Amino acid sequence: MSSRDVILGRVRRALADVTPDETPYELALPRDYEREHGGRSVAQTVELLAENLADYRALVHRCATVPELSALIAGLLAGRGARSVLVPPGLDEAWLADTGADVTRVPDGAESTAAELDRVDSVLTGCAVAIAETGTLVLDGSPDQGRRRITLIPDHHICVVRVPDQVVGAVPQAMERLDPVRPLTWISGPSATSDIELDRVEGVHGPRTLEVVLLGGADGS
Amino acid sequence: MSGTFVGMPAFQRAAHEAVRNETLRGNLRHATHTIRAKRAHAVAEVSDWAELREAGKRIKDHTLRHLDRYLVRVEEAVTAAGGVVHWAADADEANRIVAELVKATGESEVVKVKSMATQEIGLNEALEAEGIHAYETDLAELIVQLGKDRPSHILVPAIHRNRGEIRDIFRSEMSEWGRPAPEGLSDSPAELAEAARLHLREKFLRAKVGISGANFVVAETGTLVVVESEGNGRMCLTLPETLISVVGIEKIVPTWRDLEVFLQTLPRSSTAERMNPYTSTWTGTTDSDGPKNFHLVLLDNGRTDTLADEVGRQALRCIRCSACLNVCPVYERAGGHAYGSVYPGPIGAILSPQLRGTQSEIDASLPYASSLCGACYEVCPVAIDIPEVLVHLRERVAQGGTVTREGTKVVLRPAKGHAAERAAMRAARWAFSHPGALRTGQRLASRTRRFHPRTLPGPGRAWSGSRDLPPVPAEPFRDWWQRTNGGKDGVK
Repeated sequence: MSSRDVILGRVRRALADVTPDETPYELALPRDYEREHGGRSVAQTVELLAENLADYRALVHRCATVPELSALIAGLLAGRGARSVLVPPGLDEAWLADTGADVTRVPDGAESTAAELDRVDSVLTGCAVAIAETGTLVLDGSPDQGRRRITLIPDHHICVVRVPDQVVGAVPQAMERLDPVRPLTWISGPSATSDIELDRVEGVHGPRTLEVVLLGGADGS
Repeated sequence: MSGTFVGMPAFQRAAHEAVRNETLRGNLRHATHTIRAKRAHAVAEVSDWAELREAGKRIKDHTLRHLDRYLVRVEEAVTAAGGVVHWAADADEANRIVAELVKATGESEVVKVKSMATQEIGLNEALEAEGIHAYETDLAELIVQLGKDRPSHILVPAIHRNRGEIRDIFRSEMSEWGRPAPEGLSDSPAELAEAARLHLREKFLRAKVGISGANFVVAETGTLVVVESEGNGRMCLTLPETLISVVGIEKIVPTWRDLEVFLQTLPRSSTAERMNPYTSTWTGTTDSDGPKNFHLVLLDNGRTDTLADEVGRQALRCIRCSACLNVCPVYERAGGHAYGSVYPGPIGAILSPQLRGTQSEIDASLPYASSLCGACYEVCPVAIDIPEVLVHLRERVAQGGTVTREGTKVVLRPAKGHAAERAAMRAARWAFSHPGALRTGQRLASRTRRFHPRTLPGPGRAWSGSRDLPPVPAEPFRDWWQRTNGGKDGVK
């Protein structure tokens, strides 16, 4: 008998006392918890996102238009002295319009090795959904976000969130928008550890600096 | 479970040693009190905590009640998504499967993200015996591995070490395993974390095989979820060509939507954060993103035996958040090592004796590693009634009875060392059903009270060693009641 049969047989015998219940799962399970906590306007939700991102030590910036964004990104890269930036294949070219030729654009390609990615200074991506209550960015590997590894190996990640379209209030609202078939990465602040006497230290293996740009009217328009 | 802890003294002896270690008690007290206060704050932020807790409990109970169906669904979904599913009835089989999968890649090194399941089965030791080196990449696990130590907490396995001890371990051991610790390494947490980053990055970048556990497996989609903070999980899950995940069969949830409950309760219960820094989900393999080969090893190793126990099966709801450890007065003083298992604290006290059986001395002692204060039940985000299971397991240890071991019903004899307890209970039952004998005994006890010892002789000495014997009244209550007409004739 295979181990599969052994385990399934043991499970069935172990549940001999359980009366079969054929109620459909969605009916069998009441979900009387909240979809989000408290009533908020769109602008308040965006504000909460900014607060919670900052609370987890992400650096939050805002801008209203793409030209402003492009200038901001050029400034952020220059401020760190970044000489190379990883660019996912579907990223809006206009975001980098103001970035000079002294910053090399490294395309995210399947052939690039982890060691090559390790030599890149910064990475710039969009995002799929941002969750205000938890200060979380979710990346789903869409063309403007690239493969999971590119937001992990460089030490500096700039993530652009379109507000308010990409912002939800709480975790249950985010789950609805996400496709489980895609590999997802949820990011709340920079990499961190509390393993040494529970003192929080930023930056163990992932990027030590996370900068989030909220693109669009902060008033929710 | 593995033999890692074979020869471990029973809980009471181990705890007796541990409470005399002042550094350990200091480290533990600082850590558990810090995280306890933070957790209460994080939970208070969520107005529907009670509803989330109830939903989490129900999701897990429903899954367990239909586990056969959901196991088959996981297999179908993972296979359809390009993964390969393996079934392991026990630790040896799981270790054999993983070792063969690693050997098939031609590699002799693997990077690991912290996993309770692989610790439980002693995977690192089993791989070492096959010539395969497994590198733990979680900072705390690295500290434990370099220090040739054992984890002492579910969430922060090196909680028993302070910064000075960690610096000493890094200085003396890192060079044995790869990149040595930087010159002049201080004991600041930032510098220590930086040393770990440099040491491990060279391993991540060349690793071809990664090994993980999973916090959840979604049956409807075949999606696995790993929740972490440092990014070492993301490294192990995405950089290697082959990913092997060893997952206990109780980790299943039915639907994608169910994660919305646990992704709210788990971070707040464990690290007291609104959300942990990184969560990764993956469904089989994805073209040009992440590993090309994905293997899921579904692990039983005592879980189906636990499922067969109608009272004890609720322990399988556990999502390994460790909130129960941080509130437990016994854990705070005794430390994680005293529990003799990778699962310490209150949850370990009910999980280990069920997964491993109560035959060994340490496992028979674990149900007694509690004051039954109930704090663990209060904080549990899936409402496991730990005190109820503890009492249930105490009964099993003291009286024996029918249990399931490796899928077969067996009748356990009462554990050794409980003969006096059983004899006393039998005598009490007899006396209470013979009123005449009870009355005679009580009168005799009252008249001889001047001669009673302050501690019990013989096997009772252990009990009275830490307790005062209750004083016997000068007159039995029933005699007083008769003499005074129930107190109506004046109290004397």
